[in-house]
Amino acid sequence: MEDFGNIVCSAFIVWFTLVVGLIVLPAMFGISLGITEVYMKVLVKTLEWATLRIQRGSKEQQKPTTLVSNGIILRDDGSMEKEITDLRKGRSKPQINGEFELSDIFYFSKKGFESIVEDEVTHRFTSEELVSWNLLTRSNNNFQYISLRISIIWVLGVFIRYCILLPLRVTLATIGLSWLVIGASLVGLLPNSRVKNWLSELVHLMCYRICARGLSATIYYHNKENRPMKGGICVANHTSPIDIVILANDGCYAMVGQVHGGLLGIIQRAIVKACPHVWFERSEMKDRSLVTKRLRNHVADKTKLPILIFPEGTCVNNTSVMMFKKGSFEIGGTIYPVAIKYDPRFGDAFWNSAKYNMVSYLIRMMTSWAIVCDVWYLPSMTRQEEESAVQFANRVKAAIARQGGLVDLSWDGGLKRAKVKDAYKEEQQKSYSKMIVGDDSS
Amino acid sequence: MGSRASTLLRDEEIEEIKKETGFSHSQITRLYSRFTSLDKGENGTLCREDFQRIPELAINPLGDRIINTFFPEGEDQVNFRGFMRTLAHFRPIDDHEKNKDPNVSEPLNSRNNKLLFAFRLYDLDKDDKISRDELLQVLRMMVGVNISDDQLGSIADRTIQEADQDGDSSISFTEFIKVLEKVDVEQKMSIRFLH
Repeated sequence: MEDFGNIVCSAFIVWFTLVVGLIVLPAMFGISLGITEVYMKVLVKTLEWATLRIQRGSKEQQKPTTLVSNGIILRDDGSMEKEITDLRKGRSKPQINGEFELSDIFYFSKKGFESIVEDEVTHRFTSEELVSWNLLTRSNNNFQYISLRISIIWVLGVFIRYCILLPLRVTLATIGLSWLVIGASLVGLLPNSRVKNWLSELVHLMCYRICARGLSATIYYHNKENRPMKGGICVANHTSPIDIVILANDGCYAMVGQVHGGLLGIIQRAIVKACPHVWFERSEMKDRSLVTKRLRNHVADKTKLPILIFPEGTCVNNTSVMMFKKGSFEIGGTIYPVAIKYDPRFGDAFWNSAKYNMVSYLIRMMTSWAIVCDVWYLPSMTRQEEESAVQFANRVKAAIARQGGLVDLSWDGGLKRAKVKDAYKEEQQKSYSKMIVGDDSS
Repeated sequence: MGSRASTLLRDEEIEEIKKETGFSHSQITRLYSRFTSLDKGENGTLCREDFQRIPELAINPLGDRIINTFFPEGEDQVNFRGFMRTLAHFRPIDDHEKNKDPNVSEPLNSRNNKLLFAFRLYDLDKDDKISRDELLQVLRMMVGVNISDDQLGSIADRTIQEADQDGDSSISFTEFIKVLEKVDVEQKMSIRFLH
């Protein structure tokens, strides 16, 4: 019995030393030993091979290939006025503006049915459909037995992911987070000085790098010259809580958010000792002017780190950018837009908060193949003289969408949970009323 | 990549729907995928709330009337067959269907059936006549609060006057067809599918 206990202990020590030596230490200093690169190369080759086999397999079985094209239907892009005027062309009577026609109903019914068949919004709140299966059960919507070889690789994949990668990643994440809490608290004991700031940045960077290894994250940063500077506001599209780890791997930011309880609360309280982050109580969040004031004060202090904000307000599935809330754009200061695009082949980063809670989400992340993403730093933007906050927000949103190859939508991410505002319906009713009574009231 | 759909939708069902509605195999599977994604309760049927969750439909002034067409006779749930049957009205008319044998029953997406569908959007009480009241109610949905009762009333009166031929102050289906005889119903009441 003792011997067994000894063996387990020594195995654990060996395992731990290996992890620390091979992964944690290099991560802390930003060096790479090349293990991840090899893993990624093998992974990419395997996925490519699997894709070919699946394509060949479905050809042999002669199943009708359902293409994942960009849509089910082709929609007209015309405005309400153009479409309804088109409808009325058939009438033999002369066109008097300011008239109702029975055919007008066709416009609304067609638009309605088109949106039933396919709409721009509802599918942004579920994970992106893949063109070809990536050997993860969760992204398998159409599992058909293709071949024995694929199934074997899949079983092997499950084993590797759950029995080898998951414990490794959990270990790394634990080390990373504990070091963050301990390190930040230690640094917090120092008096305010440049040394303290430098140490705090070091501690933060090291921990986020360890956490990134804990997710097998491969991040490609582009245009590093545009990196956010102190006293600025960094703005990015939001797909998951992991976005923070991704961005913080390459720079230090002041976080903004609500005070939580539990583990997250412990981390929040610890890191705010080391450098100023902006945490709000739940009650304070409701007071918009208070929030804006605190953020403005933070931004005005040029020695403080740039704040990181996700203006969508919620996680969306990384195929589009949804409406940016104007609050962040009213603070003033320089905005540094950042576009984040995940590669869905290696793992689905989207957090569907309606379906999964935080813990099951993190486990899903840690049992994916890897997290691969591109981060583009865009040139800074400031609000122009005649621009309203909303227009500015849309300008920034368009730039991020363009860079990341995402669809630029004006719909509110809050539609994930809430109903759409009646104001939009009233807008349509107003436009239509203008059409049937004409410009001057008779 | 297909959907959970094709494994749950049996081939015989697909064939039956094909015969009834005229949609192709791939269109049916894609629409089934859409149906299941709207079905949040995952019980194989859609209720009115499932439709109202589509923002573009919720802001359509006639959204409620459109949703109603899926639920005949006071029912609250619609299954996939019913869903497809209603959608079939918006399928484009194929050329070879235009000159069909009159003895065969009319397909759901014929010009006549499309017009009947639109007629039923107006005919709230399903008595095969569009009365002044019904027209006013539908108009009110489309314009919201932007037009006064009086103005709306005169618009309704004018419309009925132009269309009414038998003098009963309401629009029957035949009169409806006559008013719309020059409208390109085929194009305006059809959804273009990509496959």
